[in-house]
Amino acid sequence: MAPLLEIKGLKTHFSTDDGILQAVDGVDITINKGETLCVVGESGCGKTVTAMSILKLIAMPPGRIAAGEIIFEGRDLVPLTSSQLDEIRAKEIGFIFQEPMTSLNPVLTVGEQIAESLRRHENVTRKQALERTIEMLKLVQIPNAEGRVHNYPHQFSGGMRQRVMIAMALACKPKLIIADEPTTALDVTIQAQILDLLQDMKERFGMAVMLITHAMGVVAETAQRVVVMYAGKVVEEAGVDALFADPRHPYTQGLIRSIPRIDLDSEHKTRLEAIGGSVPILINPPVGCRFAPRCKFAMNVCTAKEPLLREIAPGHRMACHLGDPQLGGAA
Amino acid sequence: MSQYVLRRLLIAIPSLLGISAVLFFVLALAPGDPFSELATNPNVPPEVQAALRARFGLDDPIYLRYLHWLFAMAHGDWGFSFVSRMDVDRLILQRLPATLYVIGSAQVLALLIAIPVGVYAATKPYSLFDQIANTLAFIGFSLPTFFTGLLFILIFSVTLDWLPFVYTTDIKATGIHYVLEMIRQAIMPVAVLGLFQAASMTRFVRSAMLDVIRLDYVTTARAKGLGQAKVIVKHVMRNAMIPVVTLIALQMPAVFGGALVTEQIFRIPGIGSLLISSILSNDTPVVMAVTFVFACLVVLFNLIADVLYGWLDPRISLR
Amino acid sequence: MAGLTLASPSAERGVYSPWRETWRRYSRHKLAVVSAVLLLVLILAVVFGPFIWRVKINDIDIVAGLQGPSLTHPFGTDDLGQDILARMIYGGRISLAVGLAAMLVSVFIGTLIGALAGMSRGALGHGLMWLTDLFLSLPALPLLLMLIYLFRDALKAMFGPEGGIFILIVLVIGGLRWMPVARLVRAQFLSIREKEFVEAARALGASPVRQVVKHILPNALGPVIIAGTIDVAAAIIAESTLSFLGLGFPPDTPTWGRLLFDAKDFLDIGPHWALFPGGAIFIAVVAINFIGDGLRDALDARRVI
Repeated sequence: MAPLLEIKGLKTHFSTDDGILQAVDGVDITINKGETLCVVGESGCGKTVTAMSILKLIAMPPGRIAAGEIIFEGRDLVPLTSSQLDEIRAKEIGFIFQEPMTSLNPVLTVGEQIAESLRRHENVTRKQALERTIEMLKLVQIPNAEGRVHNYPHQFSGGMRQRVMIAMALACKPKLIIADEPTTALDVTIQAQILDLLQDMKERFGMAVMLITHAMGVVAETAQRVVVMYAGKVVEEAGVDALFADPRHPYTQGLIRSIPRIDLDSEHKTRLEAIGGSVPILINPPVGCRFAPRCKFAMNVCTAKEPLLREIAPGHRMACHLGDPQLGGAA
Repeated sequence: MSQYVLRRLLIAIPSLLGISAVLFFVLALAPGDPFSELATNPNVPPEVQAALRARFGLDDPIYLRYLHWLFAMAHGDWGFSFVSRMDVDRLILQRLPATLYVIGSAQVLALLIAIPVGVYAATKPYSLFDQIANTLAFIGFSLPTFFTGLLFILIFSVTLDWLPFVYTTDIKATGIHYVLEMIRQAIMPVAVLGLFQAASMTRFVRSAMLDVIRLDYVTTARAKGLGQAKVIVKHVMRNAMIPVVTLIALQMPAVFGGALVTEQIFRIPGIGSLLISSILSNDTPVVMAVTFVFACLVVLFNLIADVLYGWLDPRISLR
Repeated sequence: MAGLTLASPSAERGVYSPWRETWRRYSRHKLAVVSAVLLLVLILAVVFGPFIWRVKINDIDIVAGLQGPSLTHPFGTDDLGQDILARMIYGGRISLAVGLAAMLVSVFIGTLIGALAGMSRGALGHGLMWLTDLFLSLPALPLLLMLIYLFRDALKAMFGPEGGIFILIVLVIGGLRWMPVARLVRAQFLSIREKEFVEAARALGASPVRQVVKHILPNALGPVIIAGTIDVAAAIIAESTLSFLGLGFPPDTPTWGRLLFDAKDFLDIGPHWALFPGGAIFIAVVAINFIGDGLRDALDARRVI
């Protein structure tokens, strides 16, 4: 079965005063129909830019898709103009953003903001759009939806606003939802509710979800497959069980070790580990493996040659020289 | 909403009182007591002098005189112009329409230029169009109105002989010709004032648009596939207008200054030229009243801006 | 996104001294550089002009009245045959001096009121800000005219016709334009007051005056310089407007605005008479405004676009 969305060799660059910023540098990501794919990595690793590139929601200029294909249902989106993409935006691919406080227009009612999407993509009257909007608000469990539909965003709490965002993204029943850190800005208790709601909606509508996050806990709870990104590149990709059971890339291992565990008894508890250093600035990225400067296992080859993604088990790929049979090293 | 308007009205009252106090005390501090000119005129008999002093309350303490004056103003007793031989309030009412006609038309012209140019420039920042618009705007508000006025007269009246350079209230025509002539003679003054206003407004609109255009909710709107035009008009412009309203209101004192100069150049019989002629003829009650009317107009426009602000921004009126 | 990542590399590369960095950013604004040169030429011309162009400003020669530009009179003559170039050099000194002096007055008042309002948390601060807002809604030009009308004679008697009017105009223009500076200074105070280095100075026992002078004012300098630059242009326009309305300097003092006032009734036969002084006002004002814009690019780090 053909995948729903296939990103191949995507490069998104930003021109800055100091040179070309290679925010995304050759990323391959595949999403199948109805699956939940998590994209993880630290802030600044290119997750958001990758997601925004799919529908060209990055600022252009200074941003630019320098290379690659984004194939959605057999059609390459990269050469499409913005107005051609408008037919796909919200209708086929819905977006949920990180900041519910700033992602809603403060001067329009939430109902208007959901309804305008429906009226753009579906042939409905104003009244029908309002009815559908109320229905959507009920679906995302907003109490008193009939009354709240005429309220402005500032009259909602953060969690409620994110529910509105979800209703908005789901309004046209897209085949794919891209959720960019949907819970990061919310209280911990609200986070779980929103993730549950997202899971619920996914099951109800049978859409695929691309969930971008930096929290491994979120990944463990929601994902079927996981893509780990570092400095504009994919470093590891696997099913969620395989990834947690057998993380192969040192960066993934570091990410997993940085999760606080409450399920272990005190004997097995170790000090929480952090990965030293931070993501490099991608204007003149280091040659070789971009993680090498922070990697405990770095070898000479790591700063000389870029490791490529290779399959180490069925459905499990990673980009690291460790254990590469061609180099003759041992893992 | 009506509660909000009421609150704004109540806030406007102290500023009007403050302005009137500033004006009155400036006048009272001025050397030679301008009000008492008649009272000290030797041709006026002493008993009339005394009556005048009593009427103006010139011997009272200053705060009493202020209250007295304020009370008289509130009652519509604005004094008598000895130069025009009529009541000041009637004189001003006679002159006010011409001023409001020119200022109003100029504001409309300025908005008609500034909004499309500013919005379009902001959608293509640093493009050729943006750079030209920006440079022209800069030149526009660096050109003083009195110089543009003279340039316009030089070009359109003296050289090309297209437009009259003297504004007149008694046009010798009726019906449609009267209307056409009214429009024709207003073209230059309105253009001078309107272009000057448009220059700074364009910059306000552009920078407000640029502030909004990079906000998250605009990306949200784009992600809905609404199309560039709709995103710009419904999501960006609507929000960008909120700060622009305030900035335009802050510009009002400068607009009245420009109107005063324009009236003087084109000899429009408005309150601006009335102020100048009253100053030249030492007609103090009129000087005082016209300045106060200008101040009231500024407060009025600020009030309108506040109401617009509340209407544009739902977060305000509901608070 | 791009904006966030931009800041760090240039900060790491910060080997430039602050002044060189400021100049680098200023010089990117081409029109601002051209304007700076233009203004310098203008200043040099009015300061040293009389030593080179030795024609008297009040040599009357009715026969040679209203002549266009020629070798003997590069900018032509007025209705009395007086040399317009010589008059403009003289008037330019006054216009530029008024602009600078009025700016100093407005910056002084504005800094004082802004600092007081920024330091006091109580009624004084609120009162001063109310006063600032009140002054912002005063119709400046009518008030300016009224003040000059009322105080002209008194100051004339004290300081002579030209000196008295100069002091009056400078004080009144400056006194009606301090509000933006006051707001800027107060805003700086409020944002800087809680910053660590000021807290540290306070903890070390620095007196309030010392805190203000050593720590807060230098940080407010950038925005104040920008506002001050714009104020010079505004003051030049204000002075020219007064003169143009016939209510500024005495009739025999040829400020640029006064020249325009005299020329406006001769537009049909002697347009050069209006064009040269009008052009001078425009060039001075546009140059100063562009310099202000360049300084904004150079000094105001918060401005991204």
